[in-house]
Amino acid sequence: MFDITVNGVKHQVDVVSEMPLLWVLRDELGITSPKYGCGIALCGACTVQVDGEAVRSCQARMADVAGKAVTTIEGVGNGKLHPVQEAWIEHQVAQCGYCQTGQMIQAISLLKTHPKPTDKDINEVMSGNLCRCGTYERIRVAIHAAAEKIGGE
Amino acid sequence: MGATPGLSRRAFVFGSAAVAGGVAFGSYGRAEETPASPAPTNPLAADLGPDSVAFNPWVEISPDRITLIAQHADIGQGIGSIQPVMIAEELDLEFGQFEIRFAGPSPAYFNTGFAHELAPFMAADQSPEAEKARAVALESLRQSGLQMTGGSSAIPDTYEKLRVAGAVARETLKAAAASRSGVAVADIRTEAGHVILPDGTKIPYVALSAEAAKIPPVTDVKLRDPSQWRLIGKPMERLDTRAKVTGEIMFGIDRKMDGMVYAAVKLNPNKGQPIKSYDASKAQSMPGVRQILKLSNGVAVIATNSWYAMQAADLVECIWEPSKYPAEQAGHWDIVQSSFTPEFLAKQWRNDGDIDAGLKEGTLLEAEYRAPYVGHQPLEPLNGIGIVTDDGMEIWVGHQTPQSVQYIAANAIGMKPEQVTFHNEWSGGSFGHRLEFENVRALAEIANQLRGTPVKIVFSREQDFLQDIPRQIAMGRYRGSVKDGKIVAADVQVAATPPFKELLGRMGMPPKAPDGQLAVGIWNMYYDIPNYRAASFEVQGVSPSTTWRSVGASANGFFTESFIDELIHAAGLDPLQARIDMCKIPIYRKLLETVGEMADWKGPLGNGKGRGVAFVESFGTSVAEIVEVTMTDAGIKIDKVWVAADVGKVLDPINFENQVQGGVVWGLGHAMNCELTYANGAVQQTNYNHHEAMRMYQCPVIEVRGLENDYTVRGLGEPPVPPAAPALANAIFAATGKRIREMPFNKFIDFV
Ligand code: FES
Ligand code: FES
Repeated sequence: MFDITVNGVKHQVDVVSEMPLLWVLRDELGITSPKYGCGIALCGACTVQVDGEAVRSCQARMADVAGKAVTTIEGVGNGKLHPVQEAWIEHQVAQCGYCQTGQMIQAISLLKTHPKPTDKDINEVMSGNLCRCGTYERIRVAIHAAAEKIGGE
Repeated sequence: MGATPGLSRRAFVFGSAAVAGGVAFGSYGRAEETPASPAPTNPLAADLGPDSVAFNPWVEISPDRITLIAQHADIGQGIGSIQPVMIAEELDLEFGQFEIRFAGPSPAYFNTGFAHELAPFMAADQSPEAEKARAVALESLRQSGLQMTGGSSAIPDTYEKLRVAGAVARETLKAAAASRSGVAVADIRTEAGHVILPDGTKIPYVALSAEAAKIPPVTDVKLRDPSQWRLIGKPMERLDTRAKVTGEIMFGIDRKMDGMVYAAVKLNPNKGQPIKSYDASKAQSMPGVRQILKLSNGVAVIATNSWYAMQAADLVECIWEPSKYPAEQAGHWDIVQSSFTPEFLAKQWRNDGDIDAGLKEGTLLEAEYRAPYVGHQPLEPLNGIGIVTDDGMEIWVGHQTPQSVQYIAANAIGMKPEQVTFHNEWSGGSFGHRLEFENVRALAEIANQLRGTPVKIVFSREQDFLQDIPRQIAMGRYRGSVKDGKIVAADVQVAATPPFKELLGRMGMPPKAPDGQLAVGIWNMYYDIPNYRAASFEVQGVSPSTTWRSVGASANGFFTESFIDELIHAAGLDPLQARIDMCKIPIYRKLLETVGEMADWKGPLGNGKGRGVAFVESFGTSVAEIVEVTMTDAGIKIDKVWVAADVGKVLDPINFENQVQGGVVWGLGHAMNCELTYANGAVQQTNYNHHEAMRMYQCPVIEVRGLENDYTVRGLGEPPVPPAAPALANAIFAATGKRIREMPFNKFIDFV
């Protein structure tokens, strides 16, 4: 049995210690916003926050994240939309949308370390997040817009 | 239907598909019915609740809700949003006042949008003969009842019929309100989900559902002039945008059911071949594992969650029946190379002037091009949920051809197609992947062995790559001549596997006609070259292949637009101006001029920079692109892309831009660095590190302009793809002097 807190809610799960957090969230807890894309840290679709850090949940073993606080896209705005989500809506980034929860979690993490990111910063941090639909340019624009929003708050 | 003489010429994108469709989907054939006709033919009628009305197959109103039916599958292209918007436009609904539901299988949802592709005439041809052939094609489609999302046809298919569906519902609601209130229909209007009487009384549509159900739908309706539109053509928020940002949207892979078990598979990577034997002793003892099942082409592990199932499936040791195609990639190319013979000639599509004489004039150029197998690999892997009982199967899967899901699943378990109930899902991309059936077949076999238990199948990414039926493999042999600053002749031969023909074969409707997709990009070539010949050869005995975003044009467009560029350079002309000068169709010329203006094209740039242009019409939609690159110490950097696309009418300008940008990224990314290659009968690329395509750091700014000069509304999901690769190759030539004639380009040049 492992304890885990997701979006402020405590859960107990009975899984093997190697099970990746991604599958604990999706199949054991029914929290499906983190997506399975590649399983080996190549796509970023599974990205969530663990204790505030963006993490590829397909690579985080349950035993290593037990007791920690996990935040998925549902939890980033504390009941409201996060400015990154607002920007994602305003710029209509999503096509199929499958990669986008991971993209937004990664973008939130980028904006914490780079409140005014340059395109180069964006390239460096966001290039690990694959989008098969090709929404990169809109992601870039939305990140700049989100930075404005957060800066203006 | 009877054979239509004209159809054989462009026996085209569909070939005899629509014809065969009537046979394959015979049990659905209710050919006498028209799509907008009411009750008995309406697929919604059967499940209608009390006091509810279904005016037609697209609009359902019950006392508590309005539901608009999306007949086309949403695979990320936004059709799940624009379909209801087109209905809402005429029905006077606001966003938030209705729900969207995907359609089940029904011939009422036959795709009218393929009529243009099916008729053997060029897209821009408005002659009476062309229109007549399209009408004949439409009738054959109606009789086939084929419901399919693909070929960039969803907008052409639905543009009129969904507005009509909305108008019929509106007028019928008004008639119901008239009979309730005694007011003349002419004095009644509608607004925001309400019928409004002259005294200002507002009756919600839902309050009229029971009465509307009792009167025949008013089908004599007039569509509003586009100048009156509130929604269509205006910037709008796609209806799925918010749910995709909050994480609420449920894709197929996210669905869960009570009592469900999880399945992972290991299938024979020698495509199409069965399993010989297996040893599951290691897998059996893995945590979470419940059962190991043998399938016709592999094994399935049943476990308590997907990860346990995938881990165990990995450990099953399988002995596979070897492939029927060459085990090694070189063998595939050998076969392609030797297919340029009369035996494999599918069709000579064009023969203008005197090609032999033309090629003898001036300077002769020869070039050979290649396009490899490529994977689809949408980010959501193949999946599905199924439950089989003694009565039939129910299946939840994101798919573009509902009737084929029924056909494949039923065949796999010895049932009849009509025993399979299909539910569509929002899909995390497709690019052609969700026209195939590897997940459907495996799911049916598994659920059949576990009757009564819902089964969820999720392919691991590795299995998804290994089972992905790739884009066609293709070679082009091009010869041409230039003289006195003019292109005199071009002789075009393409040998490739026939992707659409093969797909139709797997759908149970193998066409006899040549695959029209192999003609796209060589037949519909619009430059005025006096001596022009184009032929396709269909390669046999290699890997199966299928439709991949933009299909035939993804390879042929690259070949032809690269070779045209070579001829233009040999003739000493400017690549853009020469194309404009040679282009025979005024609206396409305008398109080329527009993209030139956008990019401020002024000829060579120097300083290691180069620009390339390409123009391809596919699925009726003409798209011109200019790519600008810089040769840096670290390799080629793509700086910027300009795109002009003419779709006749832009329905959702924001999504339009997004689709074009995505198509360009798709075209460029795969041209840069993607191929699937076979070794030991299996593809060697099993995850995104081997098949990366474009990432953020490589993505240029992509400037888009939509034109509305075409005479009819066109689709956009695929047409931005084909010009991207040749425009990039042509830009690399302009920057470096190096001609790249084979994809992926990174075999020949580095990219930043
Ligand atoms: S699923 Fe975790 S990075 Fe792709
Ligand atoms: S929006 Fe489809 S993968 Fe990114």
